[in-house]
Amino acid sequence: MQLGRVIGTVVATTQTPNLDGVRFLIVQPLTRDGDPTGRPVVAADGIAMAGPGEMIYFVGSREAAQAMPETFVPVDHAIVGIVDQLATRPLPAKKRPARRAKK
Amino acid sequence: MKIGRVSGTVVSTINSPIFDGQRLLLCDYLTPTGEPTGGYVIAVDTVQAGPGETVLILDEGTAARQIMGVTTGPIRAMVVGVIDEVALG
Repeated sequence: MQLGRVIGTVVATTQTPNLDGVRFLIVQPLTRDGDPTGRPVVAADGIAMAGPGEMIYFVGSREAAQAMPETFVPVDHAIVGIVDQLATRPLPAKKRPARRAKK
Repeated sequence: MKIGRVSGTVVSTINSPIFDGQRLLLCDYLTPTGEPTGGYVIAVDTVQAGPGETVLILDEGTAARQIMGVTTGPIRAMVVGVIDEVALG
């Protein structure tokens, strides 16, 4: 699972029948520190409660469909939880390459 | 499976039912020599791993569901071991 932020909603009137009632949201993937990374994806809302602005975590690939009430659906990203609190340690500082002596 | 380091926790009250009562750990992926790769994953804890520990991460849904004892559920990444030592060469 990855962190993401909901940045929008998608409404589709015509869609595969077993996607009826499923909400779709635009999710911007985040780094471990909460910064945006990569391209936004359209994710199904597996908890039916996420809204724009919220930090969420989402699952990709085959597992995404299993977040939905009907599990045999064409869904490849699904929101599975809303983040209340994120406590992370900073990454250890990268070792600097040895500085070359000036000529 | 992959090597990672537990770097934090994710707290969530609204989530898929399969995560009820589970600890979610934010783990940074490591190279075999212990350097962060830049990638991370949120994984379910099954071994009571703590922050800073080097852990073994399973990233495969069917195996994860098998450990949880369920047949369906949006679960994939799981911390399945605490690594004491990695020997290379």
